[in-house]
Amino acid sequence: MSLQTINIELRQSIIEMLTEAKSGHPGGSLSSVEILSVLWFEVMRGVDNPKNLPENRDRFILSKGHGVPTLYAILAKKGFIDPSELMTLRKTGSRLQGHPDRMRLPIVEASTGSLGQGMSVAQGMALGLKMDHASKSPSEIPRVYCLIGDGESQEGQIWECALSAPKFKLSNLCVVLDANNGQIDGFVSDVMPLEPLMDKFKSFGWETFEIDGHDLDQVRGAFDKAKKFSESGGEKPQMIIARTVKGKGVSFMEHKIEWHGVVPKPDQCKAAVDEIKMGITKGGIK
Amino acid sequence: MSTPAKATRQSFGERLAELGATHPEIVVLDADLSKSTKSELFAKKFPDRFFEMGIAEANMIGTAAGLAFTGKIPFLCSFGCFLTGRYDTIRLSVAYAQANVRLVGTHAGVGIGDDGHSQMGLEDISLMRALPTMGVFQPADDVETKALMDFLVKTWKGPAYIRLTRQNLPEVTLKGQVFRPLKIHRVDSTDISSFSAAGKMRVACFASGATVTESLQAQKLLAGSEIEMQVYNVHSLKPFDEESLSKIANHVGTDGLLVSVEDHSVIGGLASCISESISKRGNQPRLLALGIQDQFGESGEPIELYDKFGISAKAIAGQIKENVST
Repeated sequence: MSLQTINIELRQSIIEMLTEAKSGHPGGSLSSVEILSVLWFEVMRGVDNPKNLPENRDRFILSKGHGVPTLYAILAKKGFIDPSELMTLRKTGSRLQGHPDRMRLPIVEASTGSLGQGMSVAQGMALGLKMDHASKSPSEIPRVYCLIGDGESQEGQIWECALSAPKFKLSNLCVVLDANNGQIDGFVSDVMPLEPLMDKFKSFGWETFEIDGHDLDQVRGAFDKAKKFSESGGEKPQMIIARTVKGKGVSFMEHKIEWHGVVPKPDQCKAAVDEIKMGITKGGIK
Repeated sequence: MSTPAKATRQSFGERLAELGATHPEIVVLDADLSKSTKSELFAKKFPDRFFEMGIAEANMIGTAAGLAFTGKIPFLCSFGCFLTGRYDTIRLSVAYAQANVRLVGTHAGVGIGDDGHSQMGLEDISLMRALPTMGVFQPADDVETKALMDFLVKTWKGPAYIRLTRQNLPEVTLKGQVFRPLKIHRVDSTDISSFSAAGKMRVACFASGATVTESLQAQKLLAGSEIEMQVYNVHSLKPFDEESLSKIANHVGTDGLLVSVEDHSVIGGLASCISESISKRGNQPRLLALGIQDQFGESGEPIELYDKFGISAKAIAGQIKENVST
């Protein structure tokens, strides 16, 4: 199955599980589909057999925890959870909490949802794995991937970690910033401007990349370059600034702040899914 | 009292550096206070396992959680009040995530003296106790700190908070006394039998950390009076040893008095541990709660502050007498 087709199915799952849950965050889930599908289906090592997760696997931490429907949809596709379980999202007793909970679903690696925290946890994991694999070559050291949001980057803790990861030369840490320019109260650029993000992280000592976060080739290219940078002896952590569209793939949600934390009603769900599915015949989103 | 007095932060630092040799999984993080928290003793010995995080506590807490998820036992150190200042990070990244992290909060209480309120941990026990599964511990002297450290490295699983003093504390552990983790220890006598003298007012005084020695001195001040007082050391605020409390309260009887003494707010601290426990049962003795009474701390000489806030030996004895006679 091509990644384009997978992404269509992921978007459909996201919309359907959020509609069933009657609450959640579609905008920031849809903006991260390409980033996370490339990561989980093509980049990360050791995460293909849910029954056998090697210690030296790559790790992923979703620091923007509200975007977790995308991760759950991927985990269902990869066999970590049964696809029918997706409809238990946010329901009493479900492993699929509204925000990631590592005690219920260990593959989410960290419990997140209060913004700004997951990146530090990812840093700690990267430090620990580097210690454990100190005798190995850079290409054999497990890598830690982390997705943060742009609204999330208003948190001070993000910048504490932005300072410290270069100090510890965490070349096995790769953070992606899902820059969809939306947060609950409005556009990020209005609520609390963050730009120039590339300059900021570069000046903090990160190896930086800027991409269109919906262009699969660009997403693949950035992960590839980041990894090669590390494998060729680069000592900086890597930051990929992914320019994305909030609500990507559903025309009436795209660029609309209102869809940050509001879910579709059943009729809207049908319209959204029809539109997402039509993408299959059109060859999907670029 | 022949052993020289020592701060529990010093005992912690010494033991941590010793344990580092036998436990390669121990890593230590500090936020520019390693000279004060005494984590520098570990840092000097094991520089590769010590992470200086700078003055950025939230990032330190999250990093420690990540290290724990790769099988390490991280000790993260700062003043108690600066750790609780990053409560949300402790709440989610450590407690909810069940990270096997040891949070070390030094500079407990008004006992730090001159630096004043902003540096005093006065609500740390209450806040930490409120987090599900978080262990909350406060040793009273060098021997107990080291025994507790061994327990926290070799036995305890999951998040834990350890509260330590800046100021020196004399030994209160009795000769031959065996450390029983999580249990309340009697410290004025090895005899755990009931009250002996007939016709005297029975008082069981519970203290933790620096107030244990003050309570023992208060007992001396009350010797020969109409009061018979026993002194107990509570090193584990959570889990709290309800079983021992229940037995002691039965010995005291409803005519007697329970006293809690803490260099911490009486809201949520040792007083709350005791009242939460005894209020589950009927016919219990009253509780006199000594400690910081919904107040802020302030600068001053530790001894004077202990008088002012009612937790010096003299103040403890005075308040017990007053309470008993009214």
